[in-house]
Amino acid sequence: MNQQEALFRFALRMGDNALVLGHRISEWCGHAPALEEDIAQTNIALDLIGQARNYLTYAGEVEGKGRKEDDLAYLRDSREYINALITEQPKGDFAHTIVRSFLWDAFHRPLLNALANSSDERLKGIAEKAVKEVAYHLRHSSEWLIRFGDGTEESHRRAQTALDELWRFTGELFEADEAEQILAKEGVIPPLESLKAEWNATVDRVLAEATLKRPSEGWMASGGKKGVHTEHLSLMLAEMQTLQRSYPGVEW
Amino acid sequence: MPSAAEIEQLLEAVKDPEIPVISIRELGVLREVSVNNGEVEVTITPTYSGCPAMDFMRLEVERTLKQAGIGNFQVKQVLSPAWTTDWINEEGRRKLLEFGIAPPPHSADIRTLKGEAPPIACPQCGSTDTALVSHFGSTACKALYKCNACKEPFDLFKCH
Ligand SMILES: [Zn+2]
Repeated sequence: MNQQEALFRFALRMGDNALVLGHRISEWCGHAPALEEDIAQTNIALDLIGQARNYLTYAGEVEGKGRKEDDLAYLRDSREYINALITEQPKGDFAHTIVRSFLWDAFHRPLLNALANSSDERLKGIAEKAVKEVAYHLRHSSEWLIRFGDGTEESHRRAQTALDELWRFTGELFEADEAEQILAKEGVIPPLESLKAEWNATVDRVLAEATLKRPSEGWMASGGKKGVHTEHLSLMLAEMQTLQRSYPGVEW
Repeated sequence: MPSAAEIEQLLEAVKDPEIPVISIRELGVLREVSVNNGEVEVTITPTYSGCPAMDFMRLEVERTLKQAGIGNFQVKQVLSPAWTTDWINEEGRRKLLEFGIAPPPHSADIRTLKGEAPPIACPQCGSTDTALVSHFGSTACKALYKCNACKEPFDLFKCH
């Protein structure tokens, strides 16, 4: 794999992560527990989908085969998506959504902070913009998690259950594939394991305040970054892509 | 062929569709206008990654230029350096306030730097006895506040 192929793969992954998670969060539109929260979740989804557009447009340009953002979003099967498994998990109850967002945001923010200093001008530009948005996301998910954990017995139970269920998807975030290893060596992206310390610190600080218990390290699921997904992704894509698949080339 | 300054003046007509009192120049979205060998280049920058108003503002720029009889132009979108609320000029801040939206705190405000929220004045009555309702408001750029003095809810253009 040369550096250009690695860059394509990395930009595609950043786009896939943002698009899949953005779509999942958008499923709360009209269903969130309170009006303010409905607006908050749809705003967060919109930020992520906007970021996805920037990454996928760039990925298409790097690839050089004329694929546009929409081709990459709507005309790839789940095996060609290379997002992390945590982003595709169903939204579950609201505690589940908040825990997933929190575990992701705590990773996403230091990643973007580092990318905002990338030697690749375009990744740098996308990250500079996104990092400010994601700072709001992390604050929001942290505040909810503390409220749930340190709230009622029921909210605590639901938050802890979600944390125990989602924990196994966090290992994959720090597993660098070939593309990420090549780019880290060239200083284009940070080595993923270098983000672990800040992630740990954020997770431990918020969980302590939320009186939630950090699950023990154990078996970690992985595969999403290689295109091997849980069944949930194909179901999600079937819904997301149906219009473009039924009416190829249709425009809004 | 109009000059860059004249074209900037022309583009004053392009407003933010979500806050129609403020122009893209006042908002800081319009970065640069240049004229080289008869070709006009307009550089714009998005406020937020997912700002749905961006495509609209771009189309409005194109429409305004065409209407003025300018055919040879290019609208370029740049991400870097990233837009910040500090780029909203004084005129823009005054118009936001008149429109009922509290302008954003300056990011260099010492309280912001220390992680404390500077007090936000109610755009209706001016009281600083206000409270945050939600960090996320009706559009990506706003947070929702309420005023304890006059009891009115209001939007804050949040610091970015
Ligand atoms: Zn008031």
